Amino acid sequence: MDRIPILKMGQFLLVTIQIDLYDRIALNLETDLVQMIHKTGARGVLIDISAVSIVDSFMGRILGNIATMSKILDAETVVVGMQPAVAITLVELGLPLNGVFTALNVERGMILLQSRLASDPDEEEDEDDNPE
Amino acid sequence: MITLNRDRLFIQKDQDVVILRNRVKEYATKIGMGLVNQTKLITGASELVRNMLRYAQGGEVLIEVVSRGRENGIRLTFSDRGPGIADLNKAMQDGFSTGRSLGLGLPGTKRLMSEFSIKSAVGEGTTVTVIKWKNG
Repeated sequence: MDRIPILKMGQFLLVTIQIDLYDRIALNLETDLVQMIHKTGARGVLIDISAVSIVDSFMGRILGNIATMSKILDAETVVVGMQPAVAITLVELGLPLNGVFTALNVERGMILLQSRLASDPDEEEDEDDNPE
Repeated sequence: MITLNRDRLFIQKDQDVVILRNRVKEYATKIGMGLVNQTKLITGASELVRNMLRYAQGGEVLIEVVSRGRENGIRLTFSDRGPGIADLNKAMQDGFSTGRSLGLGLPGTKRLMSEFSIKSAVGEGTTVTVIKWKNG
């Protein structure tokens, strides 16, 4: 398997990483996502890493790149589902996930993306009351 | 320190990173290392093996189960015959990189491990030895 599937869900793209990535797949994902944003006009990307047991600096850089590239195409990126051990390790490693929004799980990630779209004045979205 | 078990892996291509991570995980699980320490160990191993691939086009990793007193741990030795590191002090500083990376590999890995040592000679290669104690 050389590619991670990207699902379109309304205005968002959904990526669930189910395997530990090696470099080629991660780089393919970067390219595929950028092309997919362009093709679909997606406004947000949600990346679920709940099945990923290791995020090293290479993988962190890819996530950062995806966020930056998406931003240039006017789409926000949210990384969700990070395992606690991964979060602890990332902080000790000293890896800053610059420009990447994070949320605890897919559900909260979706809410975050929707609220960012809603706060965009150009966007005519009916603002539903924030369920807290 | 006593070595209880050992295994040797040759690293040549980027898919080998995943193989190494899995092998290290097997060993760490076998000695009952907790998930957080396991994650730190495997992440550190991943950083070091990437360095080896990037700067030396590969090398060799020795995985050992070691024990000292009542402590058990995993020792990993990464050796390559790459160009070597000219200035080790610089290489151990956060944010320093001669490649295009974030420069976190060595200093970051040192923070993740219980013990860390590096030897390098220009033109001969680099050896990095790390230990993660089960409870360290």
